[in-house]
Amino acid sequence: MTDEVSYLEHGHSLKSWLLTTDHKRIAILYFLSITFFFFVGGAAAALIRIDLLTPEADLMSNEGYNRAFTLHGVIMVWFFLIPSIPNTFGNFLVPLMIGARDLAFPRLNLLSWYIYMLGGLFTLAVLVLGGVDTGWTFYTPLSSMFANGNVILAATAIFVVGFSSILTGLNFIVTVHRLRCPGMTWGRLPLFVWSIYATSLILVLATPVLSITLVLIAAERLFGVGVFNPALGGDPLLYQHLFWFYSHPAVYIMVLPALGVISELVSTAARKPVFGYRFVAGSSIAIAIIGFLVWGHHMFVAGQSMYASAVFSFLSLAVAVPSGIKVYNWTATLYKGHIALDPPFLFAMSFIGLFVVGGMTGLILAMLAVDVHVHDTYFVIAHFHYIMVGGTVSAYFGALHYWWPKMMGRWLPLVWGRLSAIFIFLGFNLTFFPQFILGYLGMPRRYHVYPAEFQTLHVLSSAGASVLGLAYLLPFTYLLYSLRHGEKAPPNPWGATGLEWTVPSPPPQHNFHELPTVDGPPYQYPMEMGNEGEAAHG
Amino acid sequence: MADVAEARRRDTTLMGMYLFLASEIMLFGGLFAVALALRLLHPQDVVAASRRLHYGVGAANTVVLLTSSLAVALAVAAAEMGKAKGTVAGLLAAAGLGVGFLALKAVEYGMEIRERLLPAFTPADAFESPAAHLFLDLYLIATALHAVHVTVGVGLLAGLAWRVRRSGLPLPRGATGVEVVGLYWHLVDVIWVFLYPVLYLVR
Amino acid sequence: MNRLLTFWGGQASHHAHQVDTLFLGLAALAVLLSAPVFILIPWFAVKYRRGKPADRAHAANRSVWLEVSWAAIPFLATLAFYVWSTRLYIDLYQPPAEALAINAVGKQWMWKFQHPGGQAEINELHVPSGRPVVVTLASQDVIHSLFVPALRLKQDVVPGRYTRLWFTADTPGSYALVCAQFCGADHAVMGGRLVVQTPADYARWLEGMGTDGSLAAQGAVLFRTRGCSGCHGAASTVHAPPLEGLYGRPVPLADGNVVTADDQYLRDSILLPQAQVAAGYPAVMPTFQNVLGEDDVLKLIAYIKSLADARPPAGGRHD
Repeated sequence: MTDEVSYLEHGHSLKSWLLTTDHKRIAILYFLSITFFFFVGGAAAALIRIDLLTPEADLMSNEGYNRAFTLHGVIMVWFFLIPSIPNTFGNFLVPLMIGARDLAFPRLNLLSWYIYMLGGLFTLAVLVLGGVDTGWTFYTPLSSMFANGNVILAATAIFVVGFSSILTGLNFIVTVHRLRCPGMTWGRLPLFVWSIYATSLILVLATPVLSITLVLIAAERLFGVGVFNPALGGDPLLYQHLFWFYSHPAVYIMVLPALGVISELVSTAARKPVFGYRFVAGSSIAIAIIGFLVWGHHMFVAGQSMYASAVFSFLSLAVAVPSGIKVYNWTATLYKGHIALDPPFLFAMSFIGLFVVGGMTGLILAMLAVDVHVHDTYFVIAHFHYIMVGGTVSAYFGALHYWWPKMMGRWLPLVWGRLSAIFIFLGFNLTFFPQFILGYLGMPRRYHVYPAEFQTLHVLSSAGASVLGLAYLLPFTYLLYSLRHGEKAPPNPWGATGLEWTVPSPPPQHNFHELPTVDGPPYQYPMEMGNEGEAAHG
Repeated sequence: MADVAEARRRDTTLMGMYLFLASEIMLFGGLFAVALALRLLHPQDVVAASRRLHYGVGAANTVVLLTSSLAVALAVAAAEMGKAKGTVAGLLAAAGLGVGFLALKAVEYGMEIRERLLPAFTPADAFESPAAHLFLDLYLIATALHAVHVTVGVGLLAGLAWRVRRSGLPLPRGATGVEVVGLYWHLVDVIWVFLYPVLYLVR
Repeated sequence: MNRLLTFWGGQASHHAHQVDTLFLGLAALAVLLSAPVFILIPWFAVKYRRGKPADRAHAANRSVWLEVSWAAIPFLATLAFYVWSTRLYIDLYQPPAEALAINAVGKQWMWKFQHPGGQAEINELHVPSGRPVVVTLASQDVIHSLFVPALRLKQDVVPGRYTRLWFTADTPGSYALVCAQFCGADHAVMGGRLVVQTPADYARWLEGMGTDGSLAAQGAVLFRTRGCSGCHGAASTVHAPPLEGLYGRPVPLADGNVVTADDQYLRDSILLPQAQVAAGYPAVMPTFQNVLGEDDVLKLIAYIKSLADARPPAGGRHD
């Protein structure tokens, strides 16, 4: 079995990469392009944080600042967060985890990547042509009638990348339904696969609504179709309903895969099955479903009816329940485990902590009377960065460390891995915790000119951001280093369960020499733990 | 064994198509939501504007599309029985009816342009009210988006017919391909079946 | 207890106190609910560190009873807060009838306020303390949001519709007032002050402000100069609905519906006259969309309101 050529060695030409239909190579293509956009979006964030060091507008003009945060939002949401875990790790791992040789539609998978890149090119064109100044939410009538940036181009970019999302989601759903190996029943699926499955449902069903909404915005800018324009009999709140009908589920697109990653990481670290597998798997589906019913909580002060607000507030509390189940179940998983403090677990711990803070503040935001005060302030900014950055990005890095030996066949320096997990955690909290206080004190979002009283907190936040920025660079240096100088990784370096660890690292081109058969539930560790994983810890 | 693999592939492909159709439904779902909102905001103007549309032409088009769906269903049945001739005939009939639909739609647009009803070709002040203008905007966007789908569908049907005829798609093994395109065509039909009452018959 | 939260913005109303108390309660709940996670995870990580001897016997892999309880108990706890917060929120939709009515117009990038006596101010809003104030919000262009942190209140200002914000400011002082909804280039500087004064000071301030008559009087001037009176005036020969006694009454529409002649209806009738045509009248009114600003429309509405108790001239047929 080991004499098979790994997927990395199978062809070295550029063509062998650009025309590949191998899900693992496509995952690497996504990884490279997503990393690129992560740093472009990060550069915009750096500009924002530098500008906010002082209460005056010094680095950027008002227009410049508006363009910086719009670009930051658009790139981070659509070109990093949404594709991050599904398109890299989902692509790489779903077939391996369910014992398949590839996704159901390999060529469609490659097409998705090209569509993503086309959308990315449009975004870069927006950047080169001077940006767009509407905020990533494109609220009408500002975006449709008043903004003078490249709104149509930006809308096109998001429209295009949406098809990449739809096709990827479709591919995952069919793969999970049709390509599970013998014995891999639904009750035996790894929890990561469950979460990708739930995410894909949202991708397929929510994304088209955003697409048509963007078409309507473009139609208004180009032809004066006033669906969202009150002067023409339209309704700006209709836009918000349509936008959040997509964009609230999109939040779960961004965080559900992260929840799946953490289930894998916690189980491996503790060498125990995830506590309450059924509840954890079911909660992913519950989040996906209830997530479609809470969009109105973005509109508590927008002028919607108070009855609508009361219902949306209630449903928003309900959607917190499955997330709570996951967190408590992870905690219970650790009880009486054999816990190894390897980098992936440190990232997982930091994820859980930050996700809990983000979740709890989300609960507070769902409360109508409080939301009226903190809506559109830094409190909201801090809240969703705790979920999106503290949560999803931490899980992304956790996944990167955990599956790096599998993907690249190289062991990574554990000490550096632990250090970067710790620095990211500290830098993150220093950046975003002060923003909760800023928000409650009344600092509105999307302001770069602010009262002098807020400066201390903003300076703290910017200081944290510089720690965070460096901490994010760190893994890329030692991971690159490990590619050449790292020890060769064994098939199962962490001593984990799961089919992806039964094949060599890196996996051969067609994953499995012979399709495996599964005869038991997932996460079955021997009662007395073996030492095969320990030995690999260099 | 080969049959089992073939059946699996067929199920897989069909499932992919069903999911794609679900996303298409959500795409038009956004437009239906807008139509509903307009109707609730401006009941009177929307009804008045809708009354001016040629519901007879719309009804004729509904019949054309439903007939074409029948033709596609016959083509799928023929393909499953391995009858290439019947398949090609069904596909071409459906494609022809699709072209007929587009032609009727074009005629209808032409009538609307003359009656100063079609937004892109009519100055804004020619409409009875802003809400009527808005409704007709929506009419144009929805029917144009649907027409794009019909055009794609006609291309797929014709291409498939050509491939079957040239035996590039041996039957009945290639029946899945016919079935998938058939599903897409049915969806285009179903969307029209909803668009028609929402746009023409909201009175 | 709430000292910490008062160093910027402060608390200018009883509602602000209530929101702070609710917030602190929620913060306590959040700490309580997350404490198990923050305590147990590090503790387990130390106690059950790999290779360290510990009692690991009988580790359960699931417990439906346990899982249901940690799903249900936090949810029930949050429901109590839900009731509390929703009641506070519903209050915000019910301004007292005797509230002082002030108009606000948001436009890129300034706030314009009108007092009932006709006094107008820009980016500053003077209100008397201890008296309910209801601000009717209109937008000239994009969506803005009037946000006064010291009141713990904000309300989006949506073009095409009136929204309202009401409060009773208790503590005289000057507080920040900002736009919270991103509204274009100078969003970040679209702010000003809310000045809460004692009723006596407020009265003096009103005196000192020059005004061309009350809001309704200014509306009456507009009514004549912008040509409204040409059709709606008593002497007009055009068949147009008279406006005396109209405000607050039901209006039968040409389409058979009946609407109440409230601020929103009057606004729409001026700016989108074709949308809701009164029954029995030809739809001949032109739109004033590009003629009148939102502030002018508000003045006209004040004028029409002032006619609410007047009797229509003889021959009036509006009902």
